[in-house]
Amino acid sequence: MSTRSKVWWVVGGVLIVIYCLFPIAWIVSLSLKAPSDVANGQFLPTDPSWTNYSTILTGAASDLFLPALRNSFGICLIATAISCILSMFAAYAIARLDFPGKKLILGTALAVAIFPVISIVTPLFNLWRQIGLYDTWPGLIIPYLSLTLPISIWTMSAFFREIPWEMEQAAQVDGATTWQAFRKVIVPLAAPGVFTTAIIAFFIAWNDFAYGISLTSTDRSRPVPAALGLFTGASQFEDPTGAIAAAAVIVTIPVVVLVLLFQRRIVAGLTNGAVKG
Amino acid sequence: MSQTTLPPVEKTQPVSSPGGAISDRSRAERKLGWLLAGPAFVVMLLVTAYPILQAVYYSLFSYRLTDPENRSFNGLANYWVVLTDPLWWQSVFITLLITVITVAVELVLGFALALVMVKALRNIRPVVRAAILIPYAVITVVSAFAWQFAFNITTGFVNSWFAWLPGVESTTDWFGGTGTSLFVICLAEIWKTTPFISLLLLAGLAQVPEVLQEAAKVDGATRWQRLWKVTIPNMKAAIMVALLFRTLDAFRVFDSIYIMTAGANGTESVSFLAYRQTIARVEIGLGSAVSVLLFLAVVLIAFLFIKGFKVDLAQARGER
Repeated sequence: MSTRSKVWWVVGGVLIVIYCLFPIAWIVSLSLKAPSDVANGQFLPTDPSWTNYSTILTGAASDLFLPALRNSFGICLIATAISCILSMFAAYAIARLDFPGKKLILGTALAVAIFPVISIVTPLFNLWRQIGLYDTWPGLIIPYLSLTLPISIWTMSAFFREIPWEMEQAAQVDGATTWQAFRKVIVPLAAPGVFTTAIIAFFIAWNDFAYGISLTSTDRSRPVPAALGLFTGASQFEDPTGAIAAAAVIVTIPVVVLVLLFQRRIVAGLTNGAVKG
Repeated sequence: MSQTTLPPVEKTQPVSSPGGAISDRSRAERKLGWLLAGPAFVVMLLVTAYPILQAVYYSLFSYRLTDPENRSFNGLANYWVVLTDPLWWQSVFITLLITVITVAVELVLGFALALVMVKALRNIRPVVRAAILIPYAVITVVSAFAWQFAFNITTGFVNSWFAWLPGVESTTDWFGGTGTSLFVICLAEIWKTTPFISLLLLAGLAQVPEVLQEAAKVDGATRWQRLWKVTIPNMKAAIMVALLFRTLDAFRVFDSIYIMTAGANGTESVSFLAYRQTIARVEIGLGSAVSVLLFLAVVLIAFLFIKGFKVDLAQARGER
């Protein structure tokens, strides 16, 4: 490549970074604006302050935000764990065993993935009220599985297909017991795939809004995105803009940390199934 | 020790039963396969197939949650009410408009991003890759708020930054009309989901054989010709998969609309209409009918893609 075209590709890269980070920078900047400063019409705060963060963490809005944060973490982690365990078995079977119905399982996962969430909300709303799951953690964990399971099965079976399973026998030939071969050879090979799948599943559960807003009514189980959505209408304080921005920044921190730590794996996980399927 | 002496060859090779006879071994393997994959399969069916069947059932009743006594069977009347209501067709039109605009822009923009990522020098590639994952991973609600606040007449900076553009003034109310509201909604959706498309396209780009590029270069093809005649035809599968998933995803647009306009000024999407009927108006019967119609629309789109464009589902995957 000539120096000139190199420069252009670098410029392109820089433009991409700006494109991706600009709205994030804006919400961070907005969260540092004091209530009197929110309407200054500028990108940056005139005088940065932590007021909004104290409002949502210790002040007037903390009883709205903190329970929601706890709910979000709990519900998303449990849903991620369940779907990872279930799809671990399923992906193992799909990658390693030969049985009729493999296509059916993958096809079902695909169909569930394209399912419109709102179509499930209506019947669940009524059903959950009848059987007492409305506004509870299990009442969200169960529908979250419809979001996390399909992608977990696809991603994990794509990862498992690439594991050189014959290494297990090789280890056994070398004198390892079945358990040793599994633990020392297969687990280290499979762990990255399982871990990456867990991250992607967590992102998806963390992102949910439709279930959260429809199937909860109090801070017993309302997750953060739903709580944010209700900040606007149902808040006691005057201008919720700064508080929403601060809460938005806080819920963005976990995903940014995960992205920065595991970017290579996440990209592999997102694209593996699509191309090599 | 006895369990370590299993003949390893038989275990790794999938048993293809010769001549239709099913051996014990393959029967055992089938059993184990379903035993392992069964729970996930059953859970998937329970959380989707069951509710949608329930929705079909509810949709045949006149049923309002605040008035359960008067629940009565009325056949397809709910569907008739929905399909003859201009509100439904308005929301279908808005949803299709958002879908077509965002998917078209995302495809072009995502392709450009993928090309830059391929060419980006090795030392800046991790930075670009991390940056591109951020919009994908950020909560849709957060992205919707960021864009809404940016364009908002009191909290935003867009009006003062772009005051030099004709039509933009400090008093421009972006959320005051249908067109401008939709513009901001589409911007937010495009920002959030282009990275996902670009990653899929990047994976597709990596599959274009380098020899073909070289051969075309030697034959004197211009950069533009190589793009259209070599690169794009060779990554058709990746493009189609990306298109299919983004189209279905865009068609379900809900979060951004809820946050930005709450359906005001005729920006209601089909998903939002279903939500409003069920949760806000507790019209379970009508809401279920809208939900079932939304489901059928998604199935129809998927069917058209798979039959019309021959998307190979074996290469596709689930993604939301």
